[in-house]
Amino acid sequence: MAKNLFQKVWDAHAVRVLANGQTQLLIGTHLIHEVTSPQAFGMLRDLGIKVKYPERTFATVDHIVPTDQREQPFSDPLADAMIKELAKNVEEFGITYFDLSTGKQGIVHVVGPEQGITQPGTTIACGDSHTATHGAFGAIAFGIGTTQVRDVLATQTIALGKLKVRRINVEGSLRPGVYAKDVALHIIALLGAKGGIGYAYEYGGSLFDSFSMEERMTVCNMAIEGGARCGYVNPDQKTFDYLKGRPYAPSDDDWESVVDKWKSIASDPDCAYDDIVNISAEDIAPTVTWGVSPDQGFSIEGKIPDPMEQTDENERLSIQEAISYMKLEPGQPIKGTKIDVAFLGSCTNGRLSDFREVAKYIKGHKVSPDVKAIAVPGSQIVDAIAKQEGLDKIFSDAGFEWRAAGCSMCLAMNPDKLVGDQLCASSSNRNFKGRQGSPTGRTILMSPVMVAAAAVSGKVSDAREIFQFDAV
Amino acid sequence: MSLEKVRKINGRSVYVPGNDIDTDRIIPARFMKCITFDGLGEYLFYDVRKDLDGNDKNHPLNEPRYFGASVLISNANFGCGSSREHAPQALYRYGFRAVIAESFAEIFFGNCCALGIPCVVATQESIKSLTELISVVPETEISIDVVNSEVCAGDLKFAVNIPSGAKEALMNGKWDPIEELQEAEEPIAHLVTELGYLKRS
Repeated sequence: MAKNLFQKVWDAHAVRVLANGQTQLLIGTHLIHEVTSPQAFGMLRDLGIKVKYPERTFATVDHIVPTDQREQPFSDPLADAMIKELAKNVEEFGITYFDLSTGKQGIVHVVGPEQGITQPGTTIACGDSHTATHGAFGAIAFGIGTTQVRDVLATQTIALGKLKVRRINVEGSLRPGVYAKDVALHIIALLGAKGGIGYAYEYGGSLFDSFSMEERMTVCNMAIEGGARCGYVNPDQKTFDYLKGRPYAPSDDDWESVVDKWKSIASDPDCAYDDIVNISAEDIAPTVTWGVSPDQGFSIEGKIPDPMEQTDENERLSIQEAISYMKLEPGQPIKGTKIDVAFLGSCTNGRLSDFREVAKYIKGHKVSPDVKAIAVPGSQIVDAIAKQEGLDKIFSDAGFEWRAAGCSMCLAMNPDKLVGDQLCASSSNRNFKGRQGSPTGRTILMSPVMVAAAAVSGKVSDAREIFQFDAV
Repeated sequence: MSLEKVRKINGRSVYVPGNDIDTDRIIPARFMKCITFDGLGEYLFYDVRKDLDGNDKNHPLNEPRYFGASVLISNANFGCGSSREHAPQALYRYGFRAVIAESFAEIFFGNCCALGIPCVVATQESIKSLTELISVVPETEISIDVVNSEVCAGDLKFAVNIPSGAKEALMNGKWDPIEELQEAEEPIAHLVTELGYLKRS
C-alpha cells in the first residue's frame, strides 16, 4: 500500500503499542540543551537509571549563553549554574557535547543539520518545540517535554499518539523580495495557530522542490507556530548533497546504500493524506505580524483589523487584546510603524544564507540612529564562515552589532532583551507577549531582509521599496 | 512505582479567558533559569498577574473569590508555543489539578498528562455556560469525571472529550509511562540494530 513519509518513518520506529493505545516510538536521535534537560537528568538520578544509548544524544548550549561577553563564569549566576549543570550531566552520562570551546556550539536546530546528525528517515526529539526544523531533511522531528526527555534518556523511546498528515502544496515561484519566512508566516496566517493540532505537515510542491535546505528549514521550523507538532519535506538530491561529507553523515563506503534507503522513505506518489491544502506561491506577499500570536499576520500592505468586525466573541477579544498590547489602532497601516530594535538571528533565520542574503542589500546603507540592530549567527560555524566571507564587516559597517552564536533575543534568556515597550522587527518565530524579555516588549515577525529594511528606515517597511531589488 | 489513579477531580475553578494562551505567558522564560522545577508556582502567569513593580494587576488569579481554585478554564489552543514542561509544572505547583479548554496545544497536553493533570476539551458553548455560572457563584464545586468524560457544576452537566490514550493512562494510574517503556528493553535493542543508523559510527 502506498504510504507517505510520516507513515513509513512512524512504522519503522514503532516498538509496540502500549496498553493505553499510544505507540512506543523509538527516537533515533536525541538533542538536548541546558534549559529543558537538567530536571530530566535529576529524575534519572532519583530513579537510579543510566542513559541507555548515550551515543544517540547530542548536547549543546544555546538559550542562556550571552552573545557578547562569553568568558566563564557568566555574569548571571543562574545562567552560569545552568551551563555548569549541563557540563556535569554530559560528563557523568557520557554524552557528546558541542560546548563553547569546540567551535561547533550553536542553536541546537542549527547544529544538528550542520553536523550531519539530522538525517532523512529518522526520528528526532528535543526538549524544544522548534525541533520541527529538522523535518526539512525528511525526518520526523518534534518537541517534547522534560519528562519525555527523561524517557528518551532512559529508554530511547517515548509514548506518543499517531498524528494525521496534512499535505501543503505550494506551487510556482516567489516574487522578488518574498522569502521562505514569508511562506511560513503566510501558511500560519491562512490555517491559524491551532490549525495544525493533531497533524504533521508535509510541505511539497514545486516551490519546496526549488528551495534550498536552509529555506526548507525556515518553513519546517515554524510548523509548531501553526499548531503542527512536526513538519517535513521529502528528501531529494539537495538533501543528500547537503549532508555528504558532514562529520556525522554516513561514510563514503556506506553512502550509496544509505542514499538508496533515504530515497525509499519519501512519500509514495499515490499515497493518501488526511488533508491537502493548495497555495500559489505568487499569492504570497512579504508578510509581517501585527499581533501577539504568529497567526496574526498579513501582507506588508495590511491594515490593523477592527475587532468590532469580528462576530466570534473570543476572536474579537483576541484582536482587542493584541492591538492594545501592541499599541496599534484599528485601520492603521502596519507599514510605517516606528521600530526600536532590529533582531537578525534565531533557529528560524540565523543560518548562513540568511546573513548572505541580507548582506547583498545592506551594503551602502546605515541602520537608523534610533534603532539598535543586532545580527546573531546561529552557530559558531555560521559565525566563522560569515567572517571568512567578510559578512560581519558588512553588517558592522551598516551599523549592526555582530554577535556570537546563541538564541539571543528570540526568547531573551540571556542579556539580549527588549527594554520597556520597545518594538522589535524580528527574524525570530514568536511574537508572544513578553517573549523578547520585557513584559511589555513588542515583536513584529518578518523575513531577515525585511528586518534589515526596518533597521535602515527606522520603521516597518517594504524591503522592495527600501532596497533596489532589480539591481541585485 | 504506584501512581494515583486520576478518575475524578473535584474543586473550585477559575476562568482565564483567551484563545492561544501560550506557555511563555503561563511561565515567562526568565523564570526558567533554574535546574529544578521547585518554586515555579509563584511565577505562574507572572507578567499578566503582576505589574513591573511586582504589584497585583487585574487578573482572575488575583481575585480573592477565586482563591483556592484547582481547575483552570480557558479557551482555544491553550498552552501553545514553547514545549517547556515548566508551564504545567507551574500550574501544578500553584495548585491546579485539571484544565478545561476548547482545545490544547499538543506538547502541552502531553506534558500535563505525564504529570497526571487531565486536560479536558469542552465546546465553546459549554465553557461559556460554565464560566457564566462561576462568575456568579465562584464557590461552585466542579467535578471532572475522567472515566465518563463528563463535567458537572451545580445544575450544569456537559460532555467533554479526553483523547483515549490520555484517559486510559490517567484512570489506570499509568500516566507516567517510564516503567512500561523500560519493559521493552529487548524489542528496543532489536529495533536499534535493525534500523542501522543508530549504530553507524
